[in-house]
Amino acid sequence: MTIENSWQTICPTTDLIKNSGVCALLANEEQVALFQIGNDKIYAVSNFDPFGKANVLYRGLIGETKGEVYVASPLLKQRFYLNSGACLDDDAFAIKTYQTRVTDGKLEIFG
Amino acid sequence: MNTQAQKIVVVGNGMVGHHFVDEMAKHAGYEITVLSAEDRLAYDRVHLSEYFSGKTADDLAMTTPAYYNEIGVKFFTNAKVTHIDKAKKVVTTEAGKTYAYDKLVMATGSYPFVPPIPGKERDHCLVYRTIQDLEDIQASAKTGKVGVVVGGGLLGLEAANALKELGLETHVVEFAPQLMGVQLDKDGGALLRSMIEGIGVQVHTQKATSEIVDGEECVHRMNFADGSHLETDVILFSAGIRPYDNLAREFDLALGERGGIVIDNYCKSSDESIYAIGECALWNNFIFGLVAPGYTMAKVTADNIIGGEQQFTGADMSTKLKLMGIDVGSIGDAHARTQGCKSYVYSNQPDQIYKKIVVSANGKELLGAVLVGDTSEYDALLQYALNGIELPENPDGLILPSSGEKPTLGVDALPNTATICSCLNVTKGDIIAALDCGAIDVGEVKSSTKAGSGCGGCAALLKKVTDHELAKRGVEISTDLCEHFAYSRVELFHIVQAQQIKTFDLLIEKHGSGLGCEICKPATASILASVWNDYILKPDHVSLQDTNDVFLGNMQKDGTYSVVPRMPGGEVTPDKLIVIGEVAKEYNLYTKVTGGQRIDLFGARVDQLPAIWKRLIDAGMETGHAYGKSLRTVKSCVGSTWCRYGQQDSMAMAIFLEDRYKGLRSPHKIKFAVSGCTRECAEAQSKDIGIIATENGWNLYVSGNGGMKPRHGDLFAIDLDDQTLVKYIDRYLMFYVRTADRLTRTSVWLENLEGGLAYMEKIVKDDHLGINAELENQMQNVVDTYQCEWKTTIESEDQLKRFRQFVNSDTVDNNIEFVTERDQIRPAQGEEKKYGVQIQAVDLTSA
Ligand SMILES: Cc1cc2nc3c(=O)[nH]c(=O)nc-3n(C[C@H](O)[C@H](O)[C@H](O)COP(=O)(O)OP(=O)(O)OC[C@H]3O[C@@H](n4cnc5c(N)ncnc54)[C@H](O)[C@@H]3O)c2cc1C
Ligand code: HEM
Ligand code: SF4
Ligand code: SF4
Ligand code: FES
Repeated sequence: MTIENSWQTICPTTDLIKNSGVCALLANEEQVALFQIGNDKIYAVSNFDPFGKANVLYRGLIGETKGEVYVASPLLKQRFYLNSGACLDDDAFAIKTYQTRVTDGKLEIFG
Repeated sequence: MNTQAQKIVVVGNGMVGHHFVDEMAKHAGYEITVLSAEDRLAYDRVHLSEYFSGKTADDLAMTTPAYYNEIGVKFFTNAKVTHIDKAKKVVTTEAGKTYAYDKLVMATGSYPFVPPIPGKERDHCLVYRTIQDLEDIQASAKTGKVGVVVGGGLLGLEAANALKELGLETHVVEFAPQLMGVQLDKDGGALLRSMIEGIGVQVHTQKATSEIVDGEECVHRMNFADGSHLETDVILFSAGIRPYDNLAREFDLALGERGGIVIDNYCKSSDESIYAIGECALWNNFIFGLVAPGYTMAKVTADNIIGGEQQFTGADMSTKLKLMGIDVGSIGDAHARTQGCKSYVYSNQPDQIYKKIVVSANGKELLGAVLVGDTSEYDALLQYALNGIELPENPDGLILPSSGEKPTLGVDALPNTATICSCLNVTKGDIIAALDCGAIDVGEVKSSTKAGSGCGGCAALLKKVTDHELAKRGVEISTDLCEHFAYSRVELFHIVQAQQIKTFDLLIEKHGSGLGCEICKPATASILASVWNDYILKPDHVSLQDTNDVFLGNMQKDGTYSVVPRMPGGEVTPDKLIVIGEVAKEYNLYTKVTGGQRIDLFGARVDQLPAIWKRLIDAGMETGHAYGKSLRTVKSCVGSTWCRYGQQDSMAMAIFLEDRYKGLRSPHKIKFAVSGCTRECAEAQSKDIGIIATENGWNLYVSGNGGMKPRHGDLFAIDLDDQTLVKYIDRYLMFYVRTADRLTRTSVWLENLEGGLAYMEKIVKDDHLGINAELENQMQNVVDTYQCEWKTTIESEDQLKRFRQFVNSDTVDNNIEFVTERDQIRPAQGEEKKYGVQIQAVDLTSA
């Protein structure tokens, strides 16, 4: 079975936690870490930590350096930019990022 | 003419012989051979006593065969030199091997003097000099109950402490009327005596031992000249040292009247090709029984061999040390023997402090000092004495308790020749030179000058001088927490407290910039918890916490959590054990007893945590804070309730303390232990707070550490009653919580704290800063507002929502997979995994 990429409705935006993360499961079983920064900015990146090889990124701490927002893995603390997925600590790694939008108070992810 | 390498032979590989090798090996073109009579290479005799507190021979080693190989030094152990042929320039060892030399360096050290008392060669009559001696003492102590040290000097008292720590009833027998007669004056000696007796070591002065015979109750009976006697099982002689000069005597080198190889300012003996250094050498009719002068001799000799002109011109014999937890210091002319000198004395009997300074006739120079019970002014006084710095108008201000403003000696006032580290003879000028050569902090100054690698007593001064010089160069020593706050943790703590700030958002808005990061957020969360002790998962706080705190469990490598209920003191009822077993079985959790005397259940998924904790809490348990930077456990032995050696009820104390301090958020984790007697089964001396029961109460040890960089706790106070013990801990811990940098354990914190242990004693015991009441109130507030975080969490609908893997699905994370090993689960690895990883292949292209 193959699943075409499409916009998938995930949850009401009120289920997000400000400045912290939750995790969503896509139809193709990919796990997406969702972060709400401030009152309205939402980021979606892969939940899989390529260093620790575990689905944990949504439980990481959010940080900011020079205006760019990142998540620090709860396992071994590598940091990933939320907008690009690039790893600040090791060029050889990056995580997948996803597009998001809000429709009628519901969060949607393209994936 | 001589293209071949010069042959240097070193006899003896003690501390000084080794230092010489280190110095000499810096220069190319020399072939160095070391002949050592002992069966091992050089070790640190100065810290020999630490062998009894757990250091091994390896820890004490100053070098290794591998290191000597690496620097191209040949060495032979068990190679005692017995013959010197000065004409042929050859030495021969006991085994008959010969070694030719161009230059011979005698570094044979000294041996303990044993007075010619009939019976001195009986079994269990020992000395205190080598690792072998210590092994013998340990063996003897096992068979006996009473130990006597003959000789009440510096070494004798150190030996007495060792006997005491080995659990023997300890006596010191001294021929003179006072203890430490070389370093202390009469009154200082008297105070030291009463303090030592207060710790339970019995002191007998003016006793000359006339013979040692069979005892009635113990192995020996010592008969004294005045007709009295003492029974004992072990005798340690510590009646001074004698130079190992037998070779010099036999092979005709000039000797002093009372022994010692005579040397000149270049450390040369009476033979042009033979040098002598360290405790076997006699300079200006004096043998230096300390390591620092020996190191200087080693340096001078190496310099002389390469054709340099350095000279040995004597050495300062000032000492500062801690004997059985008592601070003692002696500088220069302690006995006020200089013509026309005058003394100032401060004596405080209730607090057991005695200080004296001796100044020159014109009142301008400091000649000497005696300090007992408080050596916090030692460093400053030593600098005055060594550098001839002019004294302030009222020199007594230097030793009086700081009621008014105390004349302080700024490091700027020190001349470049001022010795900062006397063990390694490093001056302020050397530190400046190291900075000129590119050193950028204390660590680098240490490694390039070796300062601080001896007794360690200079650490605070070294840091002060280095920081001061760096500041002069405009190097900013940044203590900023991170890019969002231009404050240190300590400063933030003050801000939070003074301005009553209760949220991170407010703090960063008023005092920081940006959004924060994984450094300042948890640090702030910890400060807020220490000051206000709110529920840490309040919506305002939840995004600040480290993951462990967010889900109240330690995250394991696969993203699952461990569950650790508190078991104060390691005590648990069978009923609770059964519940733990049932929970573990129902949720299929890996079960293990931890190093902290409690039970850890591993492998719980985030969505299972609330249900698991509900079961445990319903059965009367509570969170163990195994996840937090907070109090972990109070380890304990069963103490006087069950153990036949127990002095106090260590279980009850451990449980009380664990209940009192549980939940206290701090810069790093805190571990306690309580032992019921000096046998120390709970290993309290390796804990942040260690408590050991005595006959009269509790001894308190502070800032010990296991883990990465083990450190034995420092003895902070003795024979405390329950109330005082708790007060001291309240104050000590709260001061730590207030002033430590983030992620700094109490051990590192104390070592970096200016003034160190003595300063903490002043604060905690004498209320030096006048804040003790405040510290106690703050701690009481934390105690009064304690809540079990898990209990609060499972009672809140909103909180429970967070404990699930997916916002949009009730399925579980299929990357968490287990296999079975030794009848329990463990995380599946690599090939063992059936689903997870392949689905989650990382897509680099979309980045
Ligand atoms: C318990 C204790 C605590 C101390 N505390 C301090 C302190 O706090 N501060 C301080 O400054 N000093 C202290 N000292 C003194 C300090 O340890 C000595 O000053 C220092 O060790 C002297 O070094 P050395 O190399 O001259 O002699 P040693 O270290 O004695 O070394 C001499 C070596 O030569 C060997 N040797 C002897 N004869 C021969 C031979 N014929 N052939 C081959 N090898 C031979 C010996 O076996 C020995 O290994 C303490 C000493 C002791 C015992
Ligand atoms: C993610 C990292 C770590 C995890 C998951 C972890 C886990 C644990 C656990 C569960 C215990 C039992 C404690 C208890 O019962 O509460 C323990 C004990 C201990 N840990 Fe760690 N630990 C970690 C890091 C460290 C580090 C970095 C050090 C040292 C620097 C350390 C030193 C110790 C010591 C010495 C004990 C024994 C405590 C005792 O005997 O009282 N741990 N650890
Ligand atoms: S420390 Fe002392 S009281 Fe405690 S178990 Fe060991 S021997 Fe017994
Ligand atoms: S010693 Fe190392 S591997 Fe073992 S629990 Fe501690 S941190 Fe983990
Ligand atoms: S003074 Fe002893 S190490 Fe510096």
